[in-house]
Amino acid sequence: MINNDNISFSKNSPLGFGGTQTLFDKIWNAHVVKSIEEGPSVLYIDKHFIHEVTSPQAFAGLNKRGIKVFRPKQTIATADHNVPTLNQHLPIKEELGRIQVETLIKNCSEHGVELYGLGHPFQGIVHVIGPELGITQPGNTIVCGDSHTSTHGAFGAIAFGIGTSEVEMVLSTQCVLQTKPKLMRINVEGELKKGVVSKDIVLYILSKITASGATGHAVEFAGSAIKSLSMEARMTICNMSIEMGARCGLIAPDATTFDYIKGREFAPEGAAWDKAIAHWKTLFTDAEANFDKEISLDAADIAPMITYGTNPGMGIGVDENIPTAANVNENDKSGLEKSLAYMGLTAGQPIKGQKIDYVFIGSCTNSRIEDLRMVASFVQGKQKADGVEVWIVPGSKQVEKQAIEEGIDKVFEAAGFQLRQPGCSACLGMNEDKIPAGKYCISTSNRNFEGRQGAGARTLLASPLSAAAAAVTGVITDVRELLN
Amino acid sequence: MNALTTIKSTFVPLNMENVDTDQIIPARFLKGTTKDGFGKNLFRDWRYEDNDEAKPKADFVLNQSQFSGEILVAGKNFGCGSSREHAAWSILDYGFKVVVSSFFADIFKNNALNNGVLPITVSEVFLAKIFAQENDAILTVDLQAQTIKLTASAKVPSLGGDLGEAFEINPYKKTCLLNGYDDIDYLLSNKEAIENFENQSV
Ligand code: SF4
Repeated sequence: MINNDNISFSKNSPLGFGGTQTLFDKIWNAHVVKSIEEGPSVLYIDKHFIHEVTSPQAFAGLNKRGIKVFRPKQTIATADHNVPTLNQHLPIKEELGRIQVETLIKNCSEHGVELYGLGHPFQGIVHVIGPELGITQPGNTIVCGDSHTSTHGAFGAIAFGIGTSEVEMVLSTQCVLQTKPKLMRINVEGELKKGVVSKDIVLYILSKITASGATGHAVEFAGSAIKSLSMEARMTICNMSIEMGARCGLIAPDATTFDYIKGREFAPEGAAWDKAIAHWKTLFTDAEANFDKEISLDAADIAPMITYGTNPGMGIGVDENIPTAANVNENDKSGLEKSLAYMGLTAGQPIKGQKIDYVFIGSCTNSRIEDLRMVASFVQGKQKADGVEVWIVPGSKQVEKQAIEEGIDKVFEAAGFQLRQPGCSACLGMNEDKIPAGKYCISTSNRNFEGRQGAGARTLLASPLSAAAAAVTGVITDVRELLN
Repeated sequence: MNALTTIKSTFVPLNMENVDTDQIIPARFLKGTTKDGFGKNLFRDWRYEDNDEAKPKADFVLNQSQFSGEILVAGKNFGCGSSREHAAWSILDYGFKVVVSSFFADIFKNNALNNGVLPITVSEVFLAKIFAQENDAILTVDLQAQTIKLTASAKVPSLGGDLGEAFEINPYKKTCLLNGYDDIDYLLSNKEAIENFENQSV
């Protein structure tokens, strides 16, 4: 159980009228326990998520020091990275993976940490379950030993990935040492065109600013196009802020945020809810606040996006040609040739029409119920192309349950798509869900690094809608041509 | 954590940019529950053909016996991608104590420092000079003085004399590295301040 009393409200949290603070500043300042002169700050952490892969060495560290978890109620565990997505009721076949999951169970029980492990109705990918259970809340500081912790920033939280040493710090003291990042704001204004969804926004931003364009910064996403997005769509954007090199991404909470949280398992209730809302409403960037860097983009310029290379910044509109050394951005110039050789693609050629072998719809970027609904409504009455394997991996047990309740599973079945069980799956290919060497996979996940989905696997990142279109045609397709 | 003060060593040049943590250590090798033994899988897929240790790829620098040393030199944006600390563990376990690049990804940098591996950010110009050297060139790192010095290769006289640069490091992190302290020791010594903070924030 999460104790809602543990949400930190700083008494001196400024109301921000006429102030000069950013959203980030307000949350940061309310969580600094102390600052080391010329050094990092001791930052208090409200919520800590752990999983089987990056926590065992941290617990081992605690055990070695002979100490217990300091605030066990503020840590929530799940098994996701390495779990099978078929037959989850059976023992895990792969030995090392099984040992990690068993180690997590043992560590959680010895230290009094709540575990939503395999078989639990709340199990799922950490960044899917935190929000859907109402654990992730505005104004929180949230960490997890996984870089996509930035996802939770969609609620107006400071949420970032940490290494295992830092997991050990949080387990032992509920704090980490952090240097305050620089601040950047990315404004996306206007309306999205048909067939363009939030994944395209973030891939577009990445293609503009490159995979290192926000390094060292906390990025606030703002603007009318961002405001008009649902919570799930906002999570997709914050999720991939790490791909720009950002420390974290965040979006100011608003009525959309509050409506999403209300009534969820661990959401505050009654008087606590009113108090929470009053605080959450102060969480926005003041009009006079300054950013170290600011860029603005027009939503109407965005086409359905697809990546052609081996970092997430190497993306283009699906109707564009793969760049050549002459027109690729500076950041990717030196790696272009190697990247295209790995991908088996040719500079200057269209990406549209490229044959694909696998479709992976899943990961903490795009495995929520809205993603599944988007895919289902597109494929209703259609069939997957011959020779294409389609895996749909829901982000959590709750998403899976809801998909079944809504009959989405039947739509997938009729289309020849395989609905699997929740986990990270082919996002990182740690379990058996790997893409074979040399095969092309259009994937809704977040990374297209060499070997990410399996040694030699070729990943093309795209939105769930574009992935569904490719599943049906068997080639990279401009989904706009299939929408009426 | 082991203390680190000065290191004088030949180096291994990995002249590639955007080396991500999936390349440093692929996810399928993250299954350990201890911090040891990751070095043998460092750069696994660049190192071996068909994932087979009997088939080292001759063109990859870790397989070229003329290059060795305690210092790894890499192109800009080293360590981007996943937060896996296994990347730092594998570098340390392989035997590197210092990584030099013109730019490091944030999380990797933190992870390295937390394990006694010193990431040194140098200028693009200095980095290019290092990559232009032969295998007998030497790098000398003095953490106390915050300097890195390149002693040029004797094989290529035209590369010229020594070249030095100062590097930045957070003073707190410097003290930790010089003494072999880690952040957990520091935080544990601040328990009282943390409890006071909790009591003040409702
Ligand atoms: S789905 Fe992928 S990116 Fe997300 S937590 Fe799992 S491994 Fe990390």
